[in-house]
Amino acid sequence: MPDLTPERSWLEALEQGRFLLQRRASTGAFIFPPRVAEPRTGATDLEWVAASGAGVVHAVTVIAPRPPAAPYTVALIDLAEGPRVMGRVEGIAPDQVRIGLAVQARVSRIDGVPALLFTPREAEHA
Amino acid sequence: MRDAFPRAATAIVSTATHGIGEAPGQSAMELAVRASLLALGRVGLTPADVDGLFIALPHDYFAGLGLAEYLGIHPRLTNNSRVGGSSFQTYVLWAALALAAGQCDVALITYGSNQRTASGKLQSSLRPSPFEAPYQALTPASAYALAASRHMHQFGTTREQLAQVAVAARQWAQRNPEAFMRDPLTVEQCLASRMVSSPLSVRDSCLVTDGAAALVMTRGDRARDLCLHPVYVLGAAEATHHRMISTMPDLTVTAAAESGARAYAQAGIGPQDVDVVQLYDAFTINTILFLEDLGFCPKGEGGRFVEGGRIAPGGSLPVNTNGGGLSCVHPGMYGLFTLVEAARQLAGEAGERQVSGAEIALAHGNGGELSSQATVVLGTGAAL
Repeated sequence: MPDLTPERSWLEALEQGRFLLQRRASTGAFIFPPRVAEPRTGATDLEWVAASGAGVVHAVTVIAPRPPAAPYTVALIDLAEGPRVMGRVEGIAPDQVRIGLAVQARVSRIDGVPALLFTPREAEHA
Repeated sequence: MRDAFPRAATAIVSTATHGIGEAPGQSAMELAVRASLLALGRVGLTPADVDGLFIALPHDYFAGLGLAEYLGIHPRLTNNSRVGGSSFQTYVLWAALALAAGQCDVALITYGSNQRTASGKLQSSLRPSPFEAPYQALTPASAYALAASRHMHQFGTTREQLAQVAVAARQWAQRNPEAFMRDPLTVEQCLASRMVSSPLSVRDSCLVTDGAAALVMTRGDRARDLCLHPVYVLGAAEATHHRMISTMPDLTVTAAAESGARAYAQAGIGPQDVDVVQLYDAFTINTILFLEDLGFCPKGEGGRFVEGGRIAPGGSLPVNTNGGGLSCVHPGMYGLFTLVEAARQLAGEAGERQVSGAEIALAHGNGGELSSQATVVLGTGAAL
């Protein structure tokens, strides 16, 4: 039975601290953002799997709000599974975040809203 | 099936702008209607002559119905579909098809916005994405900043090169009495200006102004009766790649590569034939991306291409001769202003900034977050 509410399912999992991706059962192709069907093919044999959280920074911008608010990053992360997601890179000075940086996802909150935060993989193992 | 776009069958017979900069107290509809009346009046037409309406307003999903009501007309075609700032290029496309097919005889395309004096910032009526909104990107600046970061990483494009785009736009604006920002601007000033969403600073970003524009289209035979210098529609094409920046297939290649190629093919020309170029410069990176994707330089060379004043007054390729969204006008959706400036250049109405001998112009629109791209190729009678 295909998931008829993939957007809600993904957001509810994130709310519970889990980062999920859709995967097409018959081909193993990963899909993000969540959809009722695979792009282009329209295939609906989609299942939920836990994301590895491993990724690489594909693009990054630093936003500097008016002080005293601190600067923060908005990045696009290429996940090991293939899809690209938006997230924030933390645990490193915003202006030090480079394209190509290996990062690891965790589910956290930004101003109370569930979100994907990424930290440099080296920092995580240090 | 072969693309049977009706090349040169239709023409822009008149254009107008109104309220560029600040128009306190005027509603978006009042601004658009005033521009429409100016455009119609220049060629001796009245609202009652219009039977095809094409309009977007910032916050009005029924803008076409409202405009028909306001003008007191019963149009045969009413279109207020929206693909972002490129909507107006798509209106030219649909108006050309409709006119050629006899679905309407006089098409009016218009836009108006009071976003500067009404709110002071870019207005949006878009549904926030649950997959992007939590990260508090600045919409739309951060999306373009992400694309710029990627272009710099892959091709070595520099902030100085981005600044060259802003400086060229300002130099054109200084030749346009209608432009909102006409003070001198240097690369150094751009680099020192407040960062908005790195690598894009305030001077890499479009203005927030009020403003309205309108243009009138008819079939070619009528055009020659209505005006001295019809501006023929030689090609018009659109392409869409994505909605959210996080799903853009390649952050350094826009759908302009498709819309441009199809518009050139319809027109039977190539980028080397274009005399004057109007590109939707919401941010400086746009100009660089579109110069590449529309074939004026190879992919990745846009930053180097704009160095040395090449797109500024006196350069080899006149780009955004009104001053662009960066220095002339940007009332939320800018696409129509690229068309108006292209038509003014071809009609010889561009005053101090006139590109002499211009016979073919390109007006390119951008919508969303580099999402929708639409290209219109225009020509004078001599270019047919």
